Amino acid sequence: MEQVLQTLMLAGVNWGDIGWASIDTLLMLGGALSLTLILGLPLGVALFLTAPKQVLAAPKAYSAISFVVNILRSLPFVILLIAMIPVTVWLTGTSLGVAGAIPPLVVGGTPFFARLVETSLREVDRGIIEASQAMGASVRQIVMGALLPEALPGIIAAATVTAIALVSYTALSGVVGGGGLGDLAIRYGYQRFQLDVMFVTIILLLIMVQVIQSVGNKLVIHFSR
Amino acid sequence: MIHLSDIHKSYTVHKNTIPALRGVDLSIVQGEIFGVIGHSGAGKSTLIRLINLLERPTQGSITVGGENILAFDDRALRNFRRKVGMIFQHFNLLSSKTVADNVSFPIRIAGEKDEKKINARVDELLALVGLSSHKLKYPKQLSGGEKQRVGIARALANGPHILLCDEATSALDPQTTRSILQLLREINEKLKLTIVLITHEMDVIRTICDRVAVIDGGKIVESGPVAQVFLHPQHSTTRNFVMESEHMSADESHGEGDGVEPATVRRLTFMNTAMTQPVFTQVARECGVDFLILNGRFGKIKSTPCGQLTVSVQGAADNTRAALHRLAEAGVVVEENF
Repeated sequence: MEQVLQTLMLAGVNWGDIGWASIDTLLMLGGALSLTLILGLPLGVALFLTAPKQVLAAPKAYSAISFVVNILRSLPFVILLIAMIPVTVWLTGTSLGVAGAIPPLVVGGTPFFARLVETSLREVDRGIIEASQAMGASVRQIVMGALLPEALPGIIAAATVTAIALVSYTALSGVVGGGGLGDLAIRYGYQRFQLDVMFVTIILLLIMVQVIQSVGNKLVIHFSR
Repeated sequence: MIHLSDIHKSYTVHKNTIPALRGVDLSIVQGEIFGVIGHSGAGKSTLIRLINLLERPTQGSITVGGENILAFDDRALRNFRRKVGMIFQHFNLLSSKTVADNVSFPIRIAGEKDEKKINARVDELLALVGLSSHKLKYPKQLSGGEKQRVGIARALANGPHILLCDEATSALDPQTTRSILQLLREINEKLKLTIVLITHEMDVIRTICDRVAVIDGGKIVESGPVAQVFLHPQHSTTRNFVMESEHMSADESHGEGDGVEPATVRRLTFMNTAMTQPVFTQVARECGVDFLILNGRFGKIKSTPCGQLTVSVQGAADNTRAALHRLAEAGVVVEENF
């Protein structure tokens, strides 16, 4: 009885730890998300442009990129996390903490985001590409001047979905000592059976997801004409 | 100005070769409004896209302004395209940009960086198409006709020699269609621009074109000055288009009424002087014949008034002969078997 009460009062929660873990999660998310967007956007554009019947149709290049993207996407993130440890260590010098979590997060998030970017570019009316070509636009001008502005709401929505996926990935990276809220949940909530810590981390992750989604929605509406 | 000769174009779909154009020859003269009319699938969309090489022919040659455009490399082709404007059935405006930014897009593509110059040019173009007050609106806030005006302003941005119109009025209501056609005509006169348009509506051809080509099954089946093609259609496809625009069914066109002796039936075509003088009644009075009007249509082709009557000439044989002779003298085209 007393134990249940203690749990309900969140007596065993070390708020300092929660604070640091939240900051770690936000750092992982921020770092991984920005790298994912930077790498995923050009990859998505490349997928779109090289696809059959598109401006730079290149069946071989498209199949190659597509193949790599599919492989990375079909790998469960936990497996990717573990399999990547040597690469992560080589890149950042550690496989632990925030720095150790970011490379697998980026490798997991980029192909995901790239596919979503490709899809939102496909939503752009073909007539717009044709009109740009008729104006004498180069491929670069078509992409920068027409495709990306037209697909912007879709790309923002894609970034939102990716950010939320990354939140759950950051939690998973706790499994291999990635730090952050997921780490806390595993060490205290699971291994020491402190349900109150588990509860707090869940609430915090939930809030993060909600905030990301509503900011994303607002941006999509703002950029939809 | 634009010469297409022996153009063939086919598409490969699932290893099947589907011909879209089968030996098209076409010459378009500087400054004219040239119309291509055809049903959907006749190959007209492909045809107009050859002129700025959005489609490449599988065979044949295309010269524009004396240059073999098929020999252009990427850069030369882009520069060439900047001097050929194009407007589309569904406008193809960038929904993410304002009217002003849509119009300035081709100017920026051509490498202009001076914002003052760009802005001045945009104002000039919007004034030309009558949209100055809509400068900062987004396409979504515009009506179909206004969107097409933006399309026209955008197409004219880099001062093209040629304007290609791909079913430019097909998505518009009749009244808006007229105002857009009127605008195209003004532009043609003011800027001495060569306009090539494709359509499936004979009214569009009749309203603004100087010459027309009728395309069917990937071939040009008939071509010539609009008045000639419109008043004396030779090919069955052309006849159908003319009849559609007159809201007539096929059996009405000959106008053979009940109890009329077929040998007395003539088709009379009035143009030029025949339209300005009371020839018809004069001849009837002076030659002592009567005309039974079986069918008729009068109107304007571009800005030329003209008309056509199907009549049964009734009177003594000599009088009839004399009457028909006088009509022909007065500039009326008389046809017996049409």
